[in-house]
Amino acid sequence: MEKVIELKDIWVRYGNQIILEAINLELKEPHGLLGIIGPNGGGKTTFLKLLLGLLKPYRGSVRLFGRPPEKSRELVGYVPQYRGFDFDFPISVWEVVLTGRISHTGFLRKYREEDRKAAEEALKTVEMFQYRDRQIGQLSGGQRQRVLIARALATNPKLLLLDEPNSGLDPHMQDELYRLLDRLKHEMAIIMVTHDLSAVSVYVDKIACLNRTLHYHNSREIPIEDLEATYQCPVELIAHGIPHRVLSSHEGNR
Amino acid sequence: MFDLLQYNFIQNALVAAVLASIACGIIGVYVVVKKIVFISGGIAHASFGGIGLGYYLGVNPMLGVLPFSLISALVMGTVSKKSKIPEDSAIGILWSLGMALGIIFVYLTPGYAPDLMTYLFGNILTVPRFDLYFMLVLDIVIIGAVYLFYKEFLALCFDEEFTTVQGLPTEKLYLFLLCIIALTIVVLIKVVGIILVIALLTIPASLSRKFTYNLKQMMLISIAFGTVISVTGIGLSYALDVPSGATIILVLSFVYGLVAFGMEMLENRRSSGDLKES
Repeated sequence: MEKVIELKDIWVRYGNQIILEAINLELKEPHGLLGIIGPNGGGKTTFLKLLLGLLKPYRGSVRLFGRPPEKSRELVGYVPQYRGFDFDFPISVWEVVLTGRISHTGFLRKYREEDRKAAEEALKTVEMFQYRDRQIGQLSGGQRQRVLIARALATNPKLLLLDEPNSGLDPHMQDELYRLLDRLKHEMAIIMVTHDLSAVSVYVDKIACLNRTLHYHNSREIPIEDLEATYQCPVELIAHGIPHRVLSSHEGNR
Repeated sequence: MFDLLQYNFIQNALVAAVLASIACGIIGVYVVVKKIVFISGGIAHASFGGIGLGYYLGVNPMLGVLPFSLISALVMGTVSKKSKIPEDSAIGILWSLGMALGIIFVYLTPGYAPDLMTYLFGNILTVPRFDLYFMLVLDIVIIGAVYLFYKEFLALCFDEEFTTVQGLPTEKLYLFLLCIIALTIVVLIKVVGIILVIALLTIPASLSRKFTYNLKQMMLISIAFGTVISVTGIGLSYALDVPSGATIILVLSFVYGLVAFGMEMLENRRSSGDLKES
């Protein structure tokens, strides 16, 4: 079986500044939710762009399903950061989700029946089908986020990448989002990056920390040393108030 | 007023107004929603180089401006995306470079450059028959391109990054859109001139945006606005004996101001009404 992701010794720089350094990651299981946490400016978005083939490392190799990212695009669904969108854009929910089918349809062709089926199914999965004729600006934040997820799902991805999907959502909407991801993770591999440590909740199967380098131990617990190395300051907030213990037990800490 | 319609030049002007409104109605919508007003203005001004080149070579300046505007679009699109200079600086440089080339070409042309002002500021009352056919062909090309690439252009304008990730050649698609904008500019030159082209690309589309959230409807509404307003402008400029291009822009701006102000008033009244109810 092909590995979902295989990153070998990846280095990325922008100008003279090194953004990502010596990154190795192997993801074998075709389902489950990997949370990647790290501070702002730690290279999380760069990391996703690497997986999407939007930028190339100057050293190392990226393989998705055994192929370079540009060749595996039909297997990858992408949910970009929700900020920075022009929600005043004259486009309906239905039209947004259909753009997720654009590579399947092909150039110079109209959307086909199967494209409409896939878009309908994706919208029903996120429970937004009844809003299909709305202009996207007339939705709440959580609903817009769902539409962007539906657009990614319309491509029928085997790997779903989400960039800070929880930002700008209130706690109730965040909870709904995580429950949706929890359902989806049985059908595909999901990677979610976030700077919000509290987002790393019950629903995440594995966690990695990213701040130039990636700390990943193929588990859902992070040693506190890794976390402190990532955030470069003592971190003690996570053990409280979250239904699941993310940190492994640490001597002298309790 | 109706005897006016018997005049050949008035008939030509009306046909030109309709052809121009179709082009700017459709393409202006993309310019406005993709927020590429500045680069479109840059392409328009840089095209002046093509007019100068036409004079210099002794051909119809409309034939000089067509290749020149396409090259401007390609160069501007490529430089602004690929080079390290900030996009707006790159546009500013190429914008003035094209105009400077035009001035040099006109200067080098022996004798007097007739009608130069009509290319800069437009004069819809003097559009010759050949230019009408030329505009018609360009309109057909523009409509055809938008019909064929409708879903690609929509995806590109809404979310370029996602469309790239879908595997579409978005860079080429963007350059293609800029080339279609360049063709539109050529259609509009005779009506309002290079300097004022940007008004026709932005005002009708911005107006239509206030009435619908559907891209196709936006195009139809802005064609309607463009036609009615430019015909009104032609009538006013004839009656008052003032330049037609500038008159059309003044009417456009006036209508835009009126609609924007009126809608704001309505909105305010509605929201204060809501407050009273609650």
